[in-house]
Amino acid sequence: MLDQVLNALLTVVIGVGVCVLYFWGANWVLDRLLGSDEQTSANDGLRTKIRPWIFLFPALFFLSLYLIYPVFATMWLSLNGASGENFVGLANFIWAIQDGNFLQSVYNNLLWLIIVPIGATVFGLIVAVMADRLWWGNIAKSLIFMPMAISFVGASVIWKFVYDYRSGESEQIGILNAIVNGLGMEPQVWLQIPFWNNVFLMVILIWIQTGFAMVILSAALRGIPEETLEAARIDGANDLQIFFSIMIPQIFGTIIVVWTTITIVVLKVFDIVLAMTNGQWDTQVLANLMFDWLTRGVDFGRSSTIALVIMIAVLPIMIWNIREVNKEEGTR
Amino acid sequence: MASIVLKDLVKDYGKVEVLHHVAGQFEDGEFIVIVGPSGCGKSTLLRMIAGLETVSGGEIYIGDKMVNKLEPADRDIAMVFQNYALYPHMSVRQNMAYGLKLRKLPKEEINKRVEEAAEILEIKDYLDRKPRQLSGGQRQRVAMGRAIVRDPQVFLFDEPLSNLDAKLRVQMRLEIRKLQRRLGVTSIYVTHDQVEAMTLGDRLMVLNGGYVEQFGTPIELYDRPASVFVAGFIGSPAMNFMKAKINSGKIKLPNGTILNSNTQLSADITLGIRPEHVVADAKGALELEVEMFEQLGANTLVHGKLKDSDEPFVASMPGHVSEEPGTLMKFSIAPEALHMFDAKTGKRLEP
Repeated sequence: MLDQVLNALLTVVIGVGVCVLYFWGANWVLDRLLGSDEQTSANDGLRTKIRPWIFLFPALFFLSLYLIYPVFATMWLSLNGASGENFVGLANFIWAIQDGNFLQSVYNNLLWLIIVPIGATVFGLIVAVMADRLWWGNIAKSLIFMPMAISFVGASVIWKFVYDYRSGESEQIGILNAIVNGLGMEPQVWLQIPFWNNVFLMVILIWIQTGFAMVILSAALRGIPEETLEAARIDGANDLQIFFSIMIPQIFGTIIVVWTTITIVVLKVFDIVLAMTNGQWDTQVLANLMFDWLTRGVDFGRSSTIALVIMIAVLPIMIWNIREVNKEEGTR
Repeated sequence: MASIVLKDLVKDYGKVEVLHHVAGQFEDGEFIVIVGPSGCGKSTLLRMIAGLETVSGGEIYIGDKMVNKLEPADRDIAMVFQNYALYPHMSVRQNMAYGLKLRKLPKEEINKRVEEAAEILEIKDYLDRKPRQLSGGQRQRVAMGRAIVRDPQVFLFDEPLSNLDAKLRVQMRLEIRKLQRRLGVTSIYVTHDQVEAMTLGDRLMVLNGGYVEQFGTPIELYDRPASVFVAGFIGSPAMNFMKAKINSGKIKLPNGTILNSNTQLSADITLGIRPEHVVADAKGALELEVEMFEQLGANTLVHGKLKDSDEPFVASMPGHVSEEPGTLMKFSIAPEALHMFDAKTGKRLEP
């Protein structure tokens, strides 16, 4: 135990030391090579041009190594067979568009894409607006924000208990079935009801993401000048009209940011499905399917193909998201 | 068009009363300025008339209707805010049309009114721009345009010029006055700037700490301020004050100088003398040790102390005056230019 702590400390010290050494040393070398002797403006210009690259180099290097290279490797693997050695052309992609499981996953992902971002954003917005008007609003906000701190797997464990079903005569310990029982109805196997089991899984992610949406939107709402709302009241707008035609348009940029951010989370959804159903009963999603083909199918080609599909789906939303964030921060 | 009556108006936040029994009657078409230092309750009063703040006590009438419980939209008022409060996502045209659209006016009527208002305010070229593309002065015009198109019974202005630079402020001040004259709409204008108040208002309501100190025309306030507060607030440079005693009409200053008044009072008083009312006079009773001059071109402000005392005194002399600091200047003052206030209550003692 103590060994491990010491090891960790040592690693931190060495890591930081190497970084300092690199930045300081490289800077020193640059000043040495192009400094002192000939203080010409040409040399100065050259130095200012080179210096940023010295500081950027480690980041760029590791980004390429761990991000860019894998992308190309994945592309190559997707054109190869299961072992990743024999070239098969587009066979994996052709397999994908004909595979029932893959199509099911795409369909489910689309459902997730529509329902979760809208659900989380709308609930977040409602809470953000309402919480400012109630004395216990801040308590409610803290409670709603809390799931943000729970890992997806942890959340899944919690919700497994919510949806739990016991067969036969045993007592229902799932809260949902307990309520259903209490109302005098038949308990259900929630996670096996076609279509709706997807929705039940989505509820978990909405439960987690609503807090995120709420916090960001709440800040945006506070940024709306109070006077514009008062001016609207004098102009004769009622509460709903003020909300839809004065408040929403003023925070529209933020809503887009929240919505796209959650969309990206949704496209990568994996843990919840794995922990809750592992894709059974038609709840499969792309990320879990990829994982399945990698670990159980041991097929590098097919899992890479699925990974590429996910990446292609995420990219445009990512770009849009970054643009909106930049706009919000006024860097453009 | 409508008159406005405030009856015994009270505003409190819990136990703290911020407006104390404010009363006043504003005539139809009058330009009323509510003026006072920050925190005096003037904005609160305006917002109560607008319906943005609840009324804790008393009554507000617009026309002959009691409006205490009416929504702002139903009071037939329009308000111009300090920060313009334009809707940032709407074009100038949409900003001006929004209130009319909510009132379900026909499209042609809305267009006609917006065009007319834009014509008056000279913002026709900007109608399709967003507020952020406009300068401060242009935004101010749009905010006024939004008020004008509504054709309301009352205009409310909440320090509308305080975000503009000095030159623009003077220009807009004149334009607001001209516009109000032209439209003849009863207007209430809140400001902390006494020059703005004096130049704009038909009548001024001076508020201090939630009390109405005085309500009258600018000239009344200048000539016969009802209290030390009003006397000090109205007029620039500010009135000189000093403690004094009056005995059967003879005023004795702390340094022993005797001034004649036109009354027969005997009391402890605060004496007020406007800088512009003293006249250089070799036989004058007031003696001033000069400390410095402020040359303003048209006139010169002489800063100094009354002889043999620490009482600061400012005199305003026409034209250029320059003396060595330390010289003694003599002034006389007409008895009717002396303002006498009760030393304790600060209220004016009528001669």
